[in-house]
Amino acid sequence: MSAAPLLEVRGISKRFPGVIALDNVALEISEGEVVALVGENGAGKSTLMKILGGVYQPDGGEILVGGQPAKIHNVTDAMRLGIAFIHQELNVLGNLDVAANVFLGREPVMTPFKLIDRKKIHADTEPYLKRLGLNVSSSTRVDQLSIAQQQMVEIAKALSLNARLIIMDEPTSSLTLSETERLLELVRELSKQGVSVIYISHRLGEIQSCADRVIVLRDGKNAGALAKEEIFHDRLVSMMVGREIKNFYTQSTAAKTPGYFKVRNARSIRFPDQAVSFDAARGEILGFAGLVGAGRSELAKAIVGLDPSGSSDLNLGEEKISIRHPRDAIERGIYLVPENRRTEGLVVQMSVRENVTLPSLKNFTRLGWIQRKRERKTVEEQIVSLRIKTPTTEAAVMNLSGGNQQKIVLGKWLAMNPKVMILDEPTRGIDVGAKAEIYRLMRELAERNTVILMISSDMEEILHVSDRVAVMHEGEISGILDRADCTEENIMQLAVGKKISAAKAPFSS
Amino acid sequence: MKKEFGIFLLLAVLCAVTAAINPKFISAVNLTNIANLIGLFGIFSIGLGLVIITGGIDLSVGSMFALSGVLLSLALTSWHWPWPVAAAAAILVPMLLGWCHGWLISRLKIQPFIITLCGLLVYRGLARFIAQDNTMGFGSAEGFETLRDITKGKLFGLPMPFVILLVIAAIMWFVLHRSVFGRYLLAVGRNEEATRFSGINTRRVIATSYVIAGLLTGISGILLAFYTNSISPSNHGNFYELYGIAAAVLGGCSLRGGEGSIIGILIGTALLQVLQNLVNLLGIPSSLNFAVMGAVVFIGVLADHLVQLRSAQRAVRI
Ligand SMILES: Nc1ncnc2c1ncn2[C@@H]1O[C@H](COP(=O)(O)OP(=O)(O)OP(=O)(O)O)[C@@H](O)[C@H]1O
Ligand SMILES: [Mg+2]
Repeated sequence: MSAAPLLEVRGISKRFPGVIALDNVALEISEGEVVALVGENGAGKSTLMKILGGVYQPDGGEILVGGQPAKIHNVTDAMRLGIAFIHQELNVLGNLDVAANVFLGREPVMTPFKLIDRKKIHADTEPYLKRLGLNVSSSTRVDQLSIAQQQMVEIAKALSLNARLIIMDEPTSSLTLSETERLLELVRELSKQGVSVIYISHRLGEIQSCADRVIVLRDGKNAGALAKEEIFHDRLVSMMVGREIKNFYTQSTAAKTPGYFKVRNARSIRFPDQAVSFDAARGEILGFAGLVGAGRSELAKAIVGLDPSGSSDLNLGEEKISIRHPRDAIERGIYLVPENRRTEGLVVQMSVRENVTLPSLKNFTRLGWIQRKRERKTVEEQIVSLRIKTPTTEAAVMNLSGGNQQKIVLGKWLAMNPKVMILDEPTRGIDVGAKAEIYRLMRELAERNTVILMISSDMEEILHVSDRVAVMHEGEISGILDRADCTEENIMQLAVGKKISAAKAPFSS
Repeated sequence: MKKEFGIFLLLAVLCAVTAAINPKFISAVNLTNIANLIGLFGIFSIGLGLVIITGGIDLSVGSMFALSGVLLSLALTSWHWPWPVAAAAAILVPMLLGWCHGWLISRLKIQPFIITLCGLLVYRGLARFIAQDNTMGFGSAEGFETLRDITKGKLFGLPMPFVILLVIAAIMWFVLHRSVFGRYLLAVGRNEEATRFSGINTRRVIATSYVIAGLLTGISGILLAFYTNSISPSNHGNFYELYGIAAAVLGGCSLRGGEGSIIGILIGTALLQVLQNLVNLLGIPSSLNFAVMGAVVFIGVLADHLVQLRSAQRAVRI
């Protein structure tokens, strides 16, 4: 206890044009400690971490490492001080193989020409992959991996630095259940070995299970800290958002029409031999759980015609519909909000306003001219209702925090009036306050007789938001659970392909 | 490797067809001539390829040829510099210009297209001004016969530019595919920010690629000047950057950066030269020259694109 903490920051401030991202923030972490950093979207978490990682320079304040003042001018300085950083956005290079990514910037070389020692780089990479349970060869090109696997490559890279402090900025946002478990275990292992971890996540369950201490940021300021025994859901939430959130999960009251949306024999490019069939009721939220690669996103793409070699027979109410192309799906009111929203859903160089109204711009025109005033008003309403943190409607989306970018895309889709809405990981990276808002919007849509299919890897979300849960395993639905039978235990059993008695058949013929 | 195989096949087919129609194609004289040209074009195409791999472009190559050619001629015939000094200067000038491009692009973040477009205009203008729009030459090469003989000479029966290309290609193959620097080139081309986050000095990597391109342009420039033996500053080297870009793209470099190989660039260069030769030998009107080349580049790129789409689909299936 007497020794200086491993890292201490005092009075850190950072401003961007129009925003004070950090205002006099303090944080300290001792050796082997796991500190969770939480806060709403745009609270300044990533900015603070980027300062520690040498990406940004603070406007004021000091950083002490082992009690000594340290200057971190660039990424190399941070690495030299033993700080490894897993960024919120994936930073792997798809055109290189796994080993090249893990050791990028630190390649083992053979003298005298500085040629890469290819044997060594692969041999050195394998143990890290094993340790993470990542079952791929070190010579696989990274763009052949799934997003979750790419994330694991990033984690392998951080491990290989042998850092004293590992910063993980929402590392689990694209991982699924079992990988998340693996990562949490790893965090505990690291901490036992004396490595400190700063862990950022919007999933409070994860924080309860791994953090020794929580530091809360709100609007760029310290909003308090909690010791391990004090970490409770409600307490965290109210510290983060500065108010109580009531009815976090709203229960369904509407009458449902079972069998309204029938999917039969859906085949996706990934599992061409598995025909998936299920029924969803009008007015319900049907959750889709499963491990990585279980084929949930692929199923969704096959349904809306995004998968050219996929197929399915659909029934909406009494009507039989056939979908060849995503356009057909949109015409029928079947929407998919894709998983990869940053690349598939945003034009990041454009402003918040332009992004929000892009799909519905026709509604804001008269004789081909955009009515700016009306457009701006709608956008401003959206910003308020989703609590999007942006200086103005004209800020470039690129400069918003990760979670706020997500909110914009989601808001865009929720504003449309669908018959069937498929949401792939709707709240990835979104803070608790906004999650509550999104759950409310989803519920509202359902009450207005929309069928909602929600693919999610967030256990809490699956358990509390869905009316029923379909669990997928290797391209098949291994069972459907009614609300009463939805337990973590049951879902995990089905997700690994075990049979359980509580599970119902996915459809009645 | 698969990527290069497709274009190699195309090259082989073209050669076979041309040889079948006109046996002159495989005569020693013709093959030597083609090899010579492949050497000339291949050297600077490799430099351009590296720049393209970083996600950049260099449009100023042709104008650099004019400028360095004019300077070389002046240095040798008017100023009577010793030939090694003149040759070194003809290499150093493009390198220096390449360094300026690299500095402006990596430091000031000006787009490579714009910087090198300015270069294209400025160097051409300078070349014409310095030469006062007169065609320059080397006369009887008095005092620098050695330099001329080197550039026009042969080694093991192969024309010197081709030999130099083989040596440079071998070195650059190791640089791009086996060295740390080459890996950083590919990394920067794919995602500069992610590369910087790994603690790599991405600015230096980018700037260096332009310097290397300058170096190779300089070497090519000397060979080209002696090959044409007369340098008319207003059209010497005109459009050559486009041959280089076409060769690199045919050879699998992506203009988006992050993809490309030395072997591919070599095959791409060879393909373009064989095409030119084919136009001559088969009696196709030479006015159609560019049209034929454009069509083949288009077909090559399209075929490659389709093959990739196919294999991407197959990869998902597994
Ligand atoms: N490069 C930038 N230019 C301008 N503003 C920025 C920039 N980076 C961040 N900001 C602003 O700083 C604030 C803090 O952003 P930061 O990314 O740190 O939030 P965060 O806590 O990580 O949120 P999230 O949970 O959504 O990731 C936000 O208001 C954001 O818009
Ligand atoms: Mg963030």
